[in-house]
Amino acid sequence: MSKLFTGAEIVFKCLEDQEVEYIFGYPGGAVLPIYDELKNHSSIKHILVRHEQGAGHAAEGYARSSGKPGVVLVTSGPGATNVVTALTDAYMDSVPLVCISGQVPTHLIGTDAFQECDTTGITRPCTKHNWLVKDVKDLSSVMHEAFKVATTGRPGPVLIDIPKDIQFAKVSYKKFKKEKKLNGKSHNKFSQNEIDQLINLISNSKKPIIYTGGGVINSGPKASETLKEFVRLIGFPITSTLQGLGAFPGDDNQFIGMLGMHGTYEANNAMHDCDLLINIGARFDDRITGKIDEFSPKSKKVHIDIDPSSINKIIKVDLAIVGDVNEVIKSAIKKINKKQNGLKISNKQKISKWWEQIQKWRTKDSLGFINSDKDIKPQHAVKRLYELTKNQDTFITTEVGQHQMWAAQHYKFNKPNRWMTSGGLGTMGYGLPAAVGVQIAHPDKLVIDIAGEASVLMTMQEMSTAVQYNLPIKIFILNNQYMGMVRQWQELLHEKNYSESYSEALPDFVKLAEAYGCKGIKADNPQELDDKIKEMIDYKGPVIFDCHVDPNENCFPMIPSGKPHNQMILGPNDKMENKITGKGKSLV
Amino acid sequence: MSSPKSAYSIPTKIGKLDTHIFVVWVDNEAGVLARVVGLFSGRGYNIESLAVAEVDATKNISRITIVTTGTPQVIDQIKLQLKKLVPVHKVADFKREDKKVIFKEMALLKIVAQKKKIEKCLKECKKFNPVILDKTSKSIVIQITALRREIDKMSKKLKPYGLTSTSRTGAIAMTRGAETFK
Repeated sequence: MSKLFTGAEIVFKCLEDQEVEYIFGYPGGAVLPIYDELKNHSSIKHILVRHEQGAGHAAEGYARSSGKPGVVLVTSGPGATNVVTALTDAYMDSVPLVCISGQVPTHLIGTDAFQECDTTGITRPCTKHNWLVKDVKDLSSVMHEAFKVATTGRPGPVLIDIPKDIQFAKVSYKKFKKEKKLNGKSHNKFSQNEIDQLINLISNSKKPIIYTGGGVINSGPKASETLKEFVRLIGFPITSTLQGLGAFPGDDNQFIGMLGMHGTYEANNAMHDCDLLINIGARFDDRITGKIDEFSPKSKKVHIDIDPSSINKIIKVDLAIVGDVNEVIKSAIKKINKKQNGLKISNKQKISKWWEQIQKWRTKDSLGFINSDKDIKPQHAVKRLYELTKNQDTFITTEVGQHQMWAAQHYKFNKPNRWMTSGGLGTMGYGLPAAVGVQIAHPDKLVIDIAGEASVLMTMQEMSTAVQYNLPIKIFILNNQYMGMVRQWQELLHEKNYSESYSEALPDFVKLAEAYGCKGIKADNPQELDDKIKEMIDYKGPVIFDCHVDPNENCFPMIPSGKPHNQMILGPNDKMENKITGKGKSLV
Repeated sequence: MSSPKSAYSIPTKIGKLDTHIFVVWVDNEAGVLARVVGLFSGRGYNIESLAVAEVDATKNISRITIVTTGTPQVIDQIKLQLKKLVPVHKVADFKREDKKVIFKEMALLKIVAQKKKIEKCLKECKKFNPVILDKTSKSIVIQITALRREIDKMSKKLKPYGLTSTSRTGAIAMTRGAETFK
């Protein structure tokens, strides 16, 4: 008879077979057998967080920066409910997570036992799939299936709920054979005919635009290379969603900036006026489309995505290609090169007028702001941070709010997987734990969380994790004492009634840093900013940087609610030309 | 329209609603019905009726039949979202008007009344294959099979004759002819 293993051992055997190196977790009664087993598996390192939500976000940061699935281990009841925010966040942003939760013993399920909750019931709508393992014989197949579901097709979180008695029960273990990467419940069977149609549209368009999203990043670093080749080959302007930043170099001339609610003037106008829109791995989110009826009214629309349910969900498209982004673009490049029917030259000529128009829009300098030599402008702070860190491979995470948009606008990303932000769910408190996860995956790289003082306080406890594992993350807080985006909306939509958006009694972040055992730096005038940023970068250890910025600054440009792309509000520089009148005024 | 004080857009077009019947083949495992039903409620889709039972004991397959209404875009989404669920094997979707598909629903009707009225009820039920399942001097339980709307009509009609309770299975569907849905 083959050797018998306990459920807890099986868990680790599976993790080893899946080449898992790190688990982010927090122990508790219902997972103690698994924690007991940890010591016997030296290839797997456990990162002890301070709150289960932090474990989830750290695993997300780890996954998004490394391309590998993030693994989370939590106990039953509150352990599981605390991780729900992170699971939902990962679900919205398509991040592969495998969450293992303990559960009360099977005979106690349904009795309202201590720390019992219906974990699979609660997490059903925020995972790709979840399992309650009621028989130890199923454990290994469920574990491997979980990794497969999480990482294939459109990635996402999964959860395995393991009752405590199953962790003790014994069973034999079948050696796992790793299959070559399948696409799971996705479809990668696009046809050459579709590629031909795409190329036809490309060669006939006069005002094209490429709109890329997180799908390009999820398709792997190769997809970004292929995208670069494709975009250079056809010479089209390219814009990106928040999640897609970095797939195409942000400082390239063909890149016209981020689009959407806080996107650039040129990107949004190009989206509105184009005659061909190629969506690659994005999902027509409402922050992107603005008013649906007036979204890109004159264009033929192409949508390339691995998830069939993303297609025609919000915007009807003329050509849908369901498949892995990298594969689709690769075959398009191949076809174009094969054809060589003068497309390269003639098409670039055809769209030269379009480029002229885009250049005109560009001269608006929609990301411009009025700098000050008295107060640090938040945009200026991000710009300086970029200038002082662009010579090294830097990973940026953010929280959610104004600072997030300023980071997206003013920090230029040249490589994929360098930008981790909570887009779909918009989770305040994401950035700090995510930075922990990123630093775990890339111990020698510079990892900065561009944060807001309100967001960062939501998960501040994870500084303790950073200190425990010597993770030199830099928390760069743009401190304006307000929940900035809330304040901005209140200013623009609710007659400046700043209801509950001002934080009284903020902590002294320098002292807070010292309390955690890391370094605190404070900056409040523009003259000292550069030196202090350098001091932060050079410090070998975690830093909380309290950057006091102008509290009244708003994030522009901006598409107000219910408006199409071509009716943006530009910044204060543009007030004279701002044609918003009447009804619009009550919006502004 | 007053100025929208919202970070979200305002719904504008409302499409025409169609009634569709979805047939979903799923692994018969714990929670599978919750996944399907949760998908509908979570995404705001509507369920008019639902019928579910295991149809293949060896392969452990259950067949779920759901009647729903939605715009063509929503119907499309329902289908694609259902297909994404891990325990779902295949999804068929038929328009209610589809002539190639048979839709049937079974109902049990209990009538408590005098003999005369019971006789009248039986007569009304005639074209819906009535089967008498139970009979006493002052009551009867009749089983009928019919379309949803026919049963709707029947229960209205029989109310004055002493219909006291109705139990319905929800519609189930099967394609006509030799073909099966792959």
